Amino acid sequence: MTLVLTIVARLGLALTILPPILFLFDTLPLDSVKWVMLLGTLLWLGASPFLQKKHEASAAE
Amino acid sequence: MTETNPASQEASSSSEFEREPVPKSELKGANKFWGMYAGEHCAGTEFMIGPLFLLNGVSLQNIFLGLLLGNLLAVLSWRYLCAPIATQARLTLYYHLEKIAGKHLVILYNLANGILFCFLAGAMITVSATAVGIPFNIPMPTIDSIYPNSIAFVVIVLAVGSVIAVVAARGYDTVAKFANVAAPWMILVFAACGIVAFNQLEVSDWAALKSLWSESIVFAQAGQGDSTMGFWSVVFFGWFCNAAMHVGMSDLSVFRFAKKPSYGWASAAGMYVGHYMAWIAAAFMLAAQIKLLKDANPVPGPMAYSVTGIAGIICVIVAGWTTANPTIYRAGLAFQAIVPKASRFKVTLFTGLVATIAGTFPAFAWKLLTFVGTYGTILAPIGAIIFFDWHYRRNGDPEQLRNAQPASSFSIPVLVSWVIPVGIALYLIYGKGIAAHFFPLPCWLGCGLLYLILSKKETTVAPQNT
Repeated sequence: MTLVLTIVARLGLALTILPPILFLFDTLPLDSVKWVMLLGTLLWLGASPFLQKKHEASAAE
Repeated sequence: MTETNPASQEASSSSEFEREPVPKSELKGANKFWGMYAGEHCAGTEFMIGPLFLLNGVSLQNIFLGLLLGNLLAVLSWRYLCAPIATQARLTLYYHLEKIAGKHLVILYNLANGILFCFLAGAMITVSATAVGIPFNIPMPTIDSIYPNSIAFVVIVLAVGSVIAVVAARGYDTVAKFANVAAPWMILVFAACGIVAFNQLEVSDWAALKSLWSESIVFAQAGQGDSTMGFWSVVFFGWFCNAAMHVGMSDLSVFRFAKKPSYGWASAAGMYVGHYMAWIAAAFMLAAQIKLLKDANPVPGPMAYSVTGIAGIICVIVAGWTTANPTIYRAGLAFQAIVPKASRFKVTLFTGLVATIAGTFPAFAWKLLTFVGTYGTILAPIGAIIFFDWHYRRNGDPEQLRNAQPASSFSIPVLVSWVIPVGIALYLIYGKGIAAHFFPLPCWLGCGLLYLILSKKETTVAPQNT
């Protein structure tokens, strides 16, 4: 489960920063940038709180 | 700019080590400090400060080089002024100051701190409200607006402020955790805003960027193109926008958990991510908005929405919320120290109400550069008292400090040393119109030297255990 959450969270961060870089090199239109960034945001904000809880739990053990 | 710090929040929320040195077993590793500073300095107000540089006519070269130097000086202040004392004394600012100035003078400091925190939180609430209002198509206040521009804007600010105040009053553990979660994503959204805006400027080299920047300034200043901030203004602003934290010693409360003073370098993460990258990114957003929409209003919500869409709106709300919330909480704590019998819930709720009312006046957000300078001018000199006392009265001996009791519960030498330079500075800022960010340094030095002179006869060292 932790592995899945880690992958989803990192994918979220990647989808947040990669689209603007692609836009910079004119390989992705701005509308797509905005939608992909929203997807990245949802993935990160959805996965990382649970990931943090798991890290806290393992640190407490 | 930063407002509050998780390490200090952690300590204060759990009521641990507020009146005792942090034990070795509770010291934190360096990574915690690097992460904390990077996240804490990507606040909602960063969306305002970058564009305000453009509106003040700061040249691009002065922004890049001035902030480079100013932020370096801020980092050095944390590393060599604040962190060494924190890692030896290992006390909070408040308890450390109480040992020197007495508990009643600390209450006065708390009052000043609490009031300034309220207005800072108000500006953050305004920033968040500009993003919340977008889906409702509410007209935003313009740069000339001192008062709220519509009932709808007031309603949005009241709604945002009420939620923040209630959450702060109930305790902010959840929000503090959420702030930690959001920090890496927020930093990337800030970077994304800058990258997209830069591409929208459609410049191919430095000369073209400079030229477009100058045109943006001329447009924003309605044809004038005057600069009210030169290189040294930017340097001093970058150095002292967090003066209360480093030279003002507020971050003693943070670095008392550090194993070594070298952890003070961690502040570089906050300065160069939040106060360099984020400010420049936000400034590019306004330049792009001017180029594409011929609109020079630096309203964070619409600016972020136009470059990064809904993710940008969420970022503005989260950045404003996660910093306004602990700011209100800490202002509430400061006020509660004045009326200890009042419930923390009620005091924090009242504090949130004051901040929310302040947030309905967009002028507090538009005047953030002056406010931040004033904030440092008033609070930073207290750090000089601690610095000069530590090096010239205690000779850097933590045991001497811990075993000491103040000569009185309200030290007149400390009060006079604080009030005289600050009073002169406030007159020059608001009476003569001199930029506020030039005053934290002279006030700090003046306050420290006055303290040394005035406190010569006042012995503050009196062993408790005799």
